[in-house]
Amino acid sequence: MGASTANPLPAPREQADLATRAQIDRSCRQTVSIYYASAVFWLLVGSLLALVASLKMHLPGFLSGWEWLTFGRVRPAHLNTVIYGWASMAGVGTLLWLQARLSRVRLPLPLLLPVTGLIWNAGVVYGTAAILMGYGTSTEWLEFPVPALAFFGFCLAVIIYASLLMMMRRKVHHTYVSQWYLYGAILWFPFLYVAGLFLTQAPNVNGTVRAISNWWFAHNVLGLWLTPIGLASAYYFIPKVTGRPVHSYHLSLLGFWTLALFYNWAGTHHLIGGPIPAWVVTVGIVGSMMMFVPVITVAINHHMTMVGQFHFLRTSPTLRFVVFGAMSYTAVSVQGSLTALRSWNEITHFTHYTIAHAHLGVYAFYSMLAFGAMYYILPRVLRSEWSSAPLIKLHFWSCGAGIALYFLALTWAGIEQGRMMNNPDVPFLRIVAYTLPWLASRSVAGVLMTLGHAAFALLVWRIFRDAGKSLPGPTLLTPARLWPDWRRLWSRAGRKTS
Amino acid sequence: MNKSLLVYLGVLFTVVASLSGLVLVPDWQFRGIQPYETEDGIRYPQPLAGSTALGREVYIDLGCVYCHTQQVRPEGFGADLDRGWGNRRTVMRDYLFEPRNLTGTMRTGPDLANIGARQPSRDWHNLHLYNPRITSPGSNMPPHPFLFTVGGDESRRPLGATPLPAEWRTPGAAYILPTSRGRHLVDYLLSLNKSVALPEAQ
Repeated sequence: MGASTANPLPAPREQADLATRAQIDRSCRQTVSIYYASAVFWLLVGSLLALVASLKMHLPGFLSGWEWLTFGRVRPAHLNTVIYGWASMAGVGTLLWLQARLSRVRLPLPLLLPVTGLIWNAGVVYGTAAILMGYGTSTEWLEFPVPALAFFGFCLAVIIYASLLMMMRRKVHHTYVSQWYLYGAILWFPFLYVAGLFLTQAPNVNGTVRAISNWWFAHNVLGLWLTPIGLASAYYFIPKVTGRPVHSYHLSLLGFWTLALFYNWAGTHHLIGGPIPAWVVTVGIVGSMMMFVPVITVAINHHMTMVGQFHFLRTSPTLRFVVFGAMSYTAVSVQGSLTALRSWNEITHFTHYTIAHAHLGVYAFYSMLAFGAMYYILPRVLRSEWSSAPLIKLHFWSCGAGIALYFLALTWAGIEQGRMMNNPDVPFLRIVAYTLPWLASRSVAGVLMTLGHAAFALLVWRIFRDAGKSLPGPTLLTPARLWPDWRRLWSRAGRKTS
Repeated sequence: MNKSLLVYLGVLFTVVASLSGLVLVPDWQFRGIQPYETEDGIRYPQPLAGSTALGREVYIDLGCVYCHTQQVRPEGFGADLDRGWGNRRTVMRDYLFEPRNLTGTMRTGPDLANIGARQPSRDWHNLHLYNPRITSPGSNMPPHPFLFTVGGDESRRPLGATPLPAEWRTPGAAYILPTSRGRHLVDYLLSLNKSVALPEAQ
């Protein structure tokens, strides 16, 4: 971007490059638009469901006469709309665009892929309605009834096919690290979904094996579906925006394969102290500990790529969200590994601490990265620009403050809740009374995050409205100053202090 | 050139490996597990049937699992036994015939693995489900008025209805009568009892 503004007439080769990229972006327009617009819609629906669920926790009489809005239905409806509506649809959009760009081929299946976007939406509508009407499975993370498989199975089969086509047609023989993660994500998730659904819902499966399968699946939706898409985005956008190559190829390699090997063994740490064989729990704890390897590796790799480039956070919306997400990845993973330790799990399991941890993962890490990816990709596929830098700032700060408050309040409440629960002299209702103010502050956090989502939805609405109106330059957060001396002074000072 | 293919195959291998190790191996290892026969000739556990099985469907459709676990932690790990939530830890055999994973991960409310033994009163459950604040002041559990019909004429209270305590009565509400779903749910809750002594849980 910087090079093309400095030199209004790029060299022929660069011009050809730009044209190829524009063609690839154009080929992604329908598909990415449908997936992204739907994702934002489900983000809003999911936020509303979250607010209702959150309010019900400290105001139990709120909307209590309506069976379809009872807490036990609104809560899974929230989880499933944000996971399968928001996070997965945003993820598919990002995955397809990234793979097309990295393979330097146009997105294949120009008719079928947009149709899968519609079918995916139908699947989420069906599943969410089923949960609210009482047909949910009460199997955490798999609440959509079994027929939902027909919707998602078809879409995923088409997406796998598209991914394989791009892999075979690719013009670039070097396979960039982001692509490893994308190949992983697109094969892992369909496998997980089919196996998880079968093992938790089929008759004649031992109840304990159901419990293990449930957490093998649920943990891996984050670990082998959302995490690889998130990390693929981080590996792509950090170098892309800063213009610096990834710090170390070997660290990337180590980080990827250790994640692939260890993450999917960690899920049984959700059953510590539960009615499952001790060795299965131990394997889960070992898997969780081994996760330190890919997490530290990726953290070093991303940090070393960012060193000296942090000033981009002032201007680039994409990088601001991506770096927030990448740092949260390190935080949530370290927290997750430590939570798998028996002594800490004894306190935190069964409490709001786990809910805070889940949101640190899916929200502070994954969703912030998804926002960052959308800030980069949408202007390119739609050929228009974000309409307002202040709205982007509102989005960032409102969501950032919201998730921070959310995490701190529920983590604290959860630790205290667990400590009290492990002391048999504390009556149960005193624990409930203790958590209520913290649950109320979670509702405040939810309002903040929803406000940020509304700002983002407005921006997305406007960029779709402006599609095709190519604007001269990208929307940056800090407009160019009138007095360049100040900037130079600032950056010089910044260099000295860092 | 085929490095991409290697990645595809490699990732498939990792996930198949974890599925085999974590799920299929335990499944195979414990395939032969059978109900336990006590000295009195009682076989435990038994698959639920009739109203209790229907009640489990209500438990599932209302999402009780999001606030209540059904598992008792072992001695020395948490305070489940000291709280009286069970007389022993729960083990694999307790869940032999469970058609869904209802072990749960959240205790906004207390554990229910033995609620039928701990709270055997049908009236208590009716009142508690209708409005948890009647039996448990300060509880944040949602009320479930849709599982009951309310009657105002105490003299015509039907069989199976529970009178409301005096301070909760209003002109139109003197007793509550569970709907069939409400009755099934209470039947299910009353059936939850994992107190049979099992050798592996000693």
